[in-house]
Amino acid sequence: MLPFFQWCYGTWIGETIRESTWLFPLIEAFHLVGLGFTAGTVLMVDLRLLGVGLSRQSAAQLWAAVKPWFLGSVTLMFVTGILLFMSEAIKCYYSFAFWIKMASLLLALVFAFTVRRHVVQTGPASGAWQQGRLTAVASLVLWFGVAWGGRWIGFS
Amino acid sequence: MTPLDFFAWLSETQWSVDLHESEIAYSVIESVHVWTLCVFFGLMIMVDLRLLGWTMRKVPVSEFVDRVLPWAVAGFVIMVISGTLLVLAIPLRSYQNLFFRGKMILLVVAGLNAWIFHFRIYPKMAGWDADAPPKAVRRAGGVSLVLWIAIVFCGRMIAYNWFDCDRQPQAAIVNFLTSCVPAPSEF
Repeated sequence: MLPFFQWCYGTWIGETIRESTWLFPLIEAFHLVGLGFTAGTVLMVDLRLLGVGLSRQSAAQLWAAVKPWFLGSVTLMFVTGILLFMSEAIKCYYSFAFWIKMASLLLALVFAFTVRRHVVQTGPASGAWQQGRLTAVASLVLWFGVAWGGRWIGFS
Repeated sequence: MTPLDFFAWLSETQWSVDLHESEIAYSVIESVHVWTLCVFFGLMIMVDLRLLGWTMRKVPVSEFVDRVLPWAVAGFVIMVISGTLLVLAIPLRSYQNLFFRGKMILLVVAGLNAWIFHFRIYPKMAGWDADAPPKAVRRAGGVSLVLWIAIVFCGRMIAYNWFDCDRQPQAAIVNFLTSCVPAPSEF
């Protein structure tokens, strides 16, 4: 897989970002704003699954309401994240935190659109339930793992 | 004692030296700061989007204020604690950092905006609680959203040393804004 990472690093996009003083920090800042929106939408549903937050609405209603914001911000994170990655792809290849982040990101997304979606849509209109609580904890652990890995790419 | 003296003194305290020298502590505090950013900034965004009328219009604003805002406030408290520790690890540089100063000013403005919303706008919510929010409410939400995004931008930029005092020559305006007095040899 290393040749692919080297190719990303060598593209004019990677090079342009690497050589600019402002581009990397600026893209990073947009990446953080995307993180805020993604985290907010994830939390609204997971808090509800835990029986707190907006608990008069069903988890399904909340998920439907925040979904456009979730998808929009995840798109923003992907675009900015890929740009950041291209500028330092080789460093990422050798970064443990990067692989942790990619693994938890993949798991978090798959989980969100399989187990979590099913649990959210079949849950009761009010109150918390065991399956909901477990789902929320798993979802939060996965997403916090993504954020943690992201921060630690910068430390390596 | 000038603020500069204070931050110089702070940087010599044992706490500051220990934090500065411990790589693990600094990284862990940074991570906590990012995690609580997710909780505080994330939920604040949701509240602001509701005030703007851009999401969940059928859920009363009062429900957001009663049930979502406390979680955001809890996140904010941990953010302030972790942020203070981050400053404590590098006091002088933070104090003379252009983006740190910008961030602190924006934080005060965001606080004012929140105060105006809570004590001037929110008490009259009976008329619009579960309805399309009136202009004042949308303005408060929009201003809050823009301010918090700007604060995150500034926060991210603190890490970069483009305008640092020990990197001279800088434009006179930069040195003025960071209260930096470069040594004559640095001109």
